[in-house]
Amino acid sequence: MSASPLALRADVLVVGGGMAAAWAALAAAEAGASVIVVDKGAMGTSGVTATGGPGHWFVPPEGREAAITRQIARTEELAQADWMARVLDLTWRYLPTIAPWYPFGSDGRGGRYVQGVRGPEYMRALRRMCAVAGIAVLDHHPALELLAGPDGAIVGARGLALASGEDWEIRAGATVLATGGCAFRSGLIGSHTQTGDGLLMAAEAGAALSGMEFSISYSLSPAWASTRTLPFTAARFFREDGTELAISSLKAGHAHYQALGAAMLQGPVLADLSAAPAGLPAVLRQIQPLTVAAFERRGIDLFRQRFPVRLFGEGTIRGTGGIAVVDADCGTGVAGLYAAGDAATRELVAGAISGGGAVNSAWALASGRIAGAAAARQRGGAPAGPVKALGGQGLRASGRPGLADPRPLQRAIETEMHGYDRALWRHAASLGQSASVLHGVWDEIAAHAPPPDPRGRMEWRATAAMAATARWCTAAAAARRETRGIAVRSDRQAPDPALAHRLLVGGLDKVWTKPATPAARRLEPAL
Amino acid sequence: MIAALLAERCTGCNACVEQCPTRVFEPGEAGCLPVIATPDACQTCYLCELACPVDALWVNPDAQDGSAPPLAELIASGQLGRVKRDHGWNAPLDAGRLDAYRLLGPLLGEGVEIADRHYHHLTAAR
Repeated sequence: MSASPLALRADVLVVGGGMAAAWAALAAAEAGASVIVVDKGAMGTSGVTATGGPGHWFVPPEGREAAITRQIARTEELAQADWMARVLDLTWRYLPTIAPWYPFGSDGRGGRYVQGVRGPEYMRALRRMCAVAGIAVLDHHPALELLAGPDGAIVGARGLALASGEDWEIRAGATVLATGGCAFRSGLIGSHTQTGDGLLMAAEAGAALSGMEFSISYSLSPAWASTRTLPFTAARFFREDGTELAISSLKAGHAHYQALGAAMLQGPVLADLSAAPAGLPAVLRQIQPLTVAAFERRGIDLFRQRFPVRLFGEGTIRGTGGIAVVDADCGTGVAGLYAAGDAATRELVAGAISGGGAVNSAWALASGRIAGAAAARQRGGAPAGPVKALGGQGLRASGRPGLADPRPLQRAIETEMHGYDRALWRHAASLGQSASVLHGVWDEIAAHAPPPDPRGRMEWRATAAMAATARWCTAAAAARRETRGIAVRSDRQAPDPALAHRLLVGGLDKVWTKPATPAARRLEPAL
Repeated sequence: MIAALLAERCTGCNACVEQCPTRVFEPGEAGCLPVIATPDACQTCYLCELACPVDALWVNPDAQDGSAPPLAELIASGQLGRVKRDHGWNAPLDAGRLDAYRLLGPLLGEGVEIADRHYHHLTAAR
């Protein structure tokens, strides 16, 4: 900590810079709060929305009952219809409000096509809306730890400014964690900054995580870079010698990825998109130019030439788990602390399945608005007086200096979380082995002082967050002794009716799990 | 991976420094152009190319490869500024590029059906 860190005050502090953070900041500002956003990246390009094309779960009022009935049938008993109704309502009302800043395309019938938006333009629009609302956005200002007042309530955060290397401290009446999910540095586009930082900060404050076993998800991309868009749905798959592989389609869900993973463990797999719908190439260029660039710059016609592919781990991003939501305000159970977007569990709307795509985006918008508005209501101004800094692992200079290279540790974590042989066929023994490896990584982090430079400090702390997140995922997967949704166990291939409940997980040096009761059945009227 | 920051074009506006989600760029010393300071943090997202007002950046499509061809070859490739033009990034209403957005979802769904039929055909034949 430098002698006189940058010190600021606000009613509401939002940590994160993606769509959930922006919607939280906007809702808080509309409620009259002064708002500061601190982002590890830069709001506008940060996170997985900016590099994607998020569809939203966007259903007119007359279609909602049927949409909720369909979603309840898919979510394997862990989701809640009342939360779905609330998320659908907020998404329907607020997504169109970006229109002055976002170039909505035509719906082909004289109106606007609203539910699908292109990431860079969407995040540019949200940033401009934040500017208009008078929200202070501090880019490249990673938060490293939360601050608690004498009563344990969260009163702000500390972090560092990457540009200057200086520390900052922001005091706020309430804090929203919207730091995204965690893809364990898999190379997934947009996920480099998504390292579970908010999950670790929440756990250090005493919050629990929920749904962390629903963390096995992948997206198919060319082997040389993640594109994370989905033009590959019609793909046929081949070996380099031209032998065709029988890979079940995306309709098969987890079995599709198991088939691909098994084939990739044996050797390179090529995709062939020659059977793709004839209209796709032109539309892809118009709507997802970044995906086209990934091929064109290598001189590959992706619809005529075969190309090598691999699976990029999505971790808790297209998975479902995150900080447990304990009330109708997206509260975490810790006073003054709220969670939104991929940092929060999405089980309330996605249950045991992936919320990937439309449902997760609607959740990010709605939970952002709910958390931001609740944080604004709670504000009592930024408290002065003594605070306790809650950060632990990867932050304090307690161990041996000079040896802290995070990269081998990050690779070890990613292998346990996304290695095809481990993740696609989880069973009790493999999960036990992963837990042991990850515990070793956790101990290794504790044994070293963080590097002294700003980026080194940020990376060391991010490594601690990834290790913590991976340990929670592994412990929850071990505790769910069944197959439910995307939590697939090769040693227990059917659901167990006795386990039709959510699982909480938490703890730092010692990880615990326990069954949860359904959250927040009585919801306030939608905001 | 980010591979080229073209001194021939760069005006030193530092938009790339400010907008990169992983802060790969740092401002140059007084009066100098920005530099690619931490390429290892690059996630090959191309968003710096959208940020650059003068098309002075080029991202190698290989996430592990930070090498770039010579300038003449880059210019001849037509790829400098290409993603920005394809987006219609600075044009009113993105130059209508998003009018086809509604078609994408159904096309991808159609792709799933094509793959599904093919898989069943393939397994039946075996």
